[in-house]
Amino acid sequence: MAVTTTRARPETPRRVAHPLLRLVRRRTAFGVLTLFLVSIVVFVATEILPGNAATAILGRNGTNPTRLHNLEIRLHLNRPLVDQYWTWLSGLFTGNLGRSLANGQPVWSLVEPRLVNSAVLVLVAGVIGSLLGVALGAVAALRKDGWLDHVSSVVALGVTSLPEFVVAIGLIILLSTTVWHVLPAVSLLPPGTYAWDSPQLIVLPCLTLVIVIVPYTMRMMRAAMIESLGSDYVEMARLKGVPERRIVAVHALPNAIAPTIQVIGLGFLYLAGGIVVVEYVFNFPGVGQELVYAVNGRDIPVIQFIVIVLAAFYVFVNIIADVIALLATPRRRIPR
Amino acid sequence: MAVDTPATSRPARPGAPGLRRHQWMAVLRAAVRTPRGAAGLALASLVLLIAIIGPAVAPHPPDALLTTEFAKPSGQFPLGSDFLGRDVLSRVLNGGWILLIMAVAATVIGVAAGATAGMSAAYLRGRSDGLIMRGVDVLLAFPQIVFALLLLSMIGPKLWLIVIAVGVSHAPQVARVLRSATLDVSERDFVKVAELQGMSPAKILGKEILPNLISPIMVEAGLRLTYSIILISGLAFLGFGQPPPAPNWGYMINENQIGLPSNPWAVVVPAALIALLTIGTNTFTDAIARVAIGVERRPEEAALVTDLGPETAE
Repeated sequence: MAVTTTRARPETPRRVAHPLLRLVRRRTAFGVLTLFLVSIVVFVATEILPGNAATAILGRNGTNPTRLHNLEIRLHLNRPLVDQYWTWLSGLFTGNLGRSLANGQPVWSLVEPRLVNSAVLVLVAGVIGSLLGVALGAVAALRKDGWLDHVSSVVALGVTSLPEFVVAIGLIILLSTTVWHVLPAVSLLPPGTYAWDSPQLIVLPCLTLVIVIVPYTMRMMRAAMIESLGSDYVEMARLKGVPERRIVAVHALPNAIAPTIQVIGLGFLYLAGGIVVVEYVFNFPGVGQELVYAVNGRDIPVIQFIVIVLAAFYVFVNIIADVIALLATPRRRIPR
Repeated sequence: MAVDTPATSRPARPGAPGLRRHQWMAVLRAAVRTPRGAAGLALASLVLLIAIIGPAVAPHPPDALLTTEFAKPSGQFPLGSDFLGRDVLSRVLNGGWILLIMAVAATVIGVAAGATAGMSAAYLRGRSDGLIMRGVDVLLAFPQIVFALLLLSMIGPKLWLIVIAVGVSHAPQVARVLRSATLDVSERDFVKVAELQGMSPAKILGKEILPNLISPIMVEAGLRLTYSIILISGLAFLGFGQPPPAPNWGYMINENQIGLPSNPWAVVVPAALIALLTIGTNTFTDAIARVAIGVERRPEEAALVTDLGPETAE
């Protein structure tokens, strides 16, 4: 049981393509592998237990063995698990996702409009929220220990502690029921229309998500910026007598870009989970709300698809954030 | 066989061997003495008190239909009634304790599983490290609530399954933080001494490394407790909790949301209690982090700054 205490680093020969390109490629391959493993987890979690899709469809009174058996054959549930997995996985790529167990609608046509609505919500809330958070965090770091920093850190600590649905309910009470009546409390879209057709309906869900992610991204940004401002080269610049404004613009900010990208990425990642509760509160027709319905009704094909989409979004955002951060970090470009 | 742990070169860090015994009590005491710690503890204790003694002092049975639906507050029903005409005050007093028990249990599971995985990965290195961290990456690809919902879809919203699902969803994050903390500790001399004396890896992890990880574990436990409360009350809000007649702060908000115009208290009070509780635990954790780790950053923020991008060398 030899425990090595020094980590051996293989030599990096300089023959291969650009080192950065290799890192990017590596990162992407790694993301694809993760996603593949994720798909196995999703499949296994939903299919392995005896209460399979057929029993879920027939419900508790579906104990008639012949009916159960016929349905199992129709859904290919009698085939080996690995077979079923491949059918499902290839279906993900060909768009053949099966039908919802709840209403027999094809999964894709059920989920697609909701996917669009959720994407609009995430994009709007993510852009507004992360920009606001990054700006506030940078200002708080530059005025570290000033009144703004203290106030914002206490407020941020309080707000990051709140569950999304409490923020949402607070906004509903404030803006649409008890105090003022300026915005609709539910975001029921007329059927066949998309989120952008009725902008006033996405204001509250969006505002909720922005309120939730701003303090989160702000705190991260503040930490990254303080780190950058406290680094040796900033110290060096100060000792050289470089004016403070120039230090911030030339020395600190560029080095805070990589963490900033990571922070924005984290904001978007947070939203992938945040939409579930927020969409449900406001009855916003997105994938989050559909996921809750599907779990309630044990609508397995729908659950599988939505979970894999959210996980893919997660992995994808991570890859993009990492790659951009990599491009923005000069020391990473040098092969080690 | 007592291993005399030599003082390390690091100056008086709370993780230093001298402070080992009762270190967690010392950290707690120091945290309570800070203004943030005191405020956080006071808030959390207030809600805790309501949840614990609530069932004993509730004026009415929580599921008795007593009056008209969404009645305004009155002498007999100080917080009015809910959507079925049940006493809101009694339901509030009865609806917290199960949430708290579940949150604590999920935190214990998450921190124990995550710490075990993270410490083993860091100490064993090599293939075990790769394997464990790959698993961590896979679990991290799910937003926590989505992962919990996925597990709940297996057999429905059983309370024990909710606790396990939330606990498991915490584990990868805990594992990451404790892996990097363990990497630091396992480089130190007293670990090497123990290795040379032929101690088994399990014993080294438990007796030499674990006592030096008390601070990060306490911070993680505090953070995960807050997130457990958020997740479990959130799941209850979505309808994944005790079956309907049982009172639950999370679900009360959901079932009484339509009555906001007539009796807002049925929603405001449970929402406020959850908010005070999470603000309390999170603020207290913040105080612990400042006292124990000595930085203002949370581990998650520290991780962001130190591990930018993917590892360039393996």
